[in-house]
Amino acid sequence: MAEELRTEDMTMNMGPQHPSTHGVCRLVLTLDGEVIKDCQPVIGFLHRSIEKMCENRTYAQCIPLMDRFEYCTSMSCNWAFCLAAEKLSDIKVPERGEYLRVIMGELNRIASHLIFVGVTPMDCGALTPFLYTFRERERIMDLFEMTCGQRLTYNYIRIGGVAKDIPPEFIPKCREFLDIFEEKIRDYEKLLVDNPIWIARNKGVGIITPQLVYDYCISGPSARASGVNFDIRKNDPYSIYDRFDFDIPLGTGGDCYDRFNVRVNEMRQSARIVAQALDHLPDGEIRVKVPLKFKPNPGEVYSRRENSRGEMGVYLVSDGSTKPFRIRARGGSFSHLQAVPHIVKGLKIADLVAIFASMDIIMPEIDR
Amino acid sequence: MGLIKKLPVYTEHIPGGSLVTTSVNSVLTMAQAKSLWYLLFGTACCAIELMATGASRYDFDRLGMIFRASPRQADIMLVAGTITKKMAPRVKRIYDQMAQPRYVLAMGGCAIGGGPFYYDCYSVLKGVDKIIPVDVFVPGCPPRPEALLQGCLEVGKKIRTLKLDEWS
Repeated sequence: MAEELRTEDMTMNMGPQHPSTHGVCRLVLTLDGEVIKDCQPVIGFLHRSIEKMCENRTYAQCIPLMDRFEYCTSMSCNWAFCLAAEKLSDIKVPERGEYLRVIMGELNRIASHLIFVGVTPMDCGALTPFLYTFRERERIMDLFEMTCGQRLTYNYIRIGGVAKDIPPEFIPKCREFLDIFEEKIRDYEKLLVDNPIWIARNKGVGIITPQLVYDYCISGPSARASGVNFDIRKNDPYSIYDRFDFDIPLGTGGDCYDRFNVRVNEMRQSARIVAQALDHLPDGEIRVKVPLKFKPNPGEVYSRRENSRGEMGVYLVSDGSTKPFRIRARGGSFSHLQAVPHIVKGLKIADLVAIFASMDIIMPEIDR
Repeated sequence: MGLIKKLPVYTEHIPGGSLVTTSVNSVLTMAQAKSLWYLLFGTACCAIELMATGASRYDFDRLGMIFRASPRQADIMLVAGTITKKMAPRVKRIYDQMAQPRYVLAMGGCAIGGGPFYYDCYSVLKGVDKIIPVDVFVPGCPPRPEALLQGCLEVGKKIRTLKLDEWS
């Protein structure tokens, strides 16, 4: 009689110091050999109490903290906060201010997606795309630096407009970047999209069905890769997005491969928006005068905008004083991380790395 | 020959070449200062600047710095980003796992002293030097890649001044 081989489940720690967790996330995995039976994310390693700190600061002082809320797309976080404050007190932003916001927001989306396109292959073992994408990202950083003097935390979008006007050399530099960018995107695609190793590693891995998208409130490119056609820029237009002509890239399979391609195509569409905005950039004021001790009307408001990681919303409660009564910021990553344990059950550890990277999860957005 | 000139050496010319006498200390410290492998330990915003420094334009490899994911293989720990009180015991543990001689570079305002999270914040450790010894501080929020490169060169300078029995 053959003796049955007894196996035992193993509990393994992934993180908090792990290069593929994009920050400091701890995943407690229950493994049967290499197969994941259970996955339990532990968060809070980067809890910086940004929401609580905002309650002790004036509205203008909150904007630099919102930069640190999600540092890959700081402009978006500035914008989401200012959008909420403006909605509460009915401030109309001047035309040029709106156009500059769109230009900066879309360039920042490209910069964030470039990090994604560079880092995701690195998690799967390909180091080369990282060097190419960061080469183009430096050009965008140069544009931001000549505009607001910072490379990562901008504090550029203010309540009622933007902080500074663009310098005269911005527009030729930006056009130069847009001209070469299409060719560079094709380079990234040549490196990865038809690469058999990349396809074997990503195609059909970590499928998110449209039902799962609705269940876990997954938003942004990760939702659109599953074929859910929802983009706040189109469905609930804010600012001046209804004036631009752009498409929403959609995926069909909802696997890691599609999530990557959707983001690559989104960079193309963002470049289109920036080009159109540069063409129609009007002259005039960039900011309405808002008092330093800005007091919005009492009330509560939720404003949302499309971030590179999903829906970025700010819920703002004001009691009419110079400081916000309560701020609640919502980032897309939190819902994405919740869905990860559901997706990875029954897959291998190597797939978990690919899935985690392809969802573009970033930890400060979760821990806040 | 440029390398030899920088070392405290005694050169004696013999037929067919030359004989060089030097101390083990100067050779070892120079070798170590020129190949610092760093631990990829990014927690927040500074990690993106650390990645940008490692990428094409700034090219960390010029200084002999290659990223390592395991603390066992690393010489220097670049603490890039905010360290919260929940994370602090892990930082200490990772530092203890590194093999001696080991060095620490605190990058950015948060790692130096809490940065923008100094006031009113209950969860952030106010400076990583409260838990581990720090060799070089690089200020900024986040520091520019040039500043980080300068900080790493400063670590190299510090290593050159050390004696073998001071390695820790």
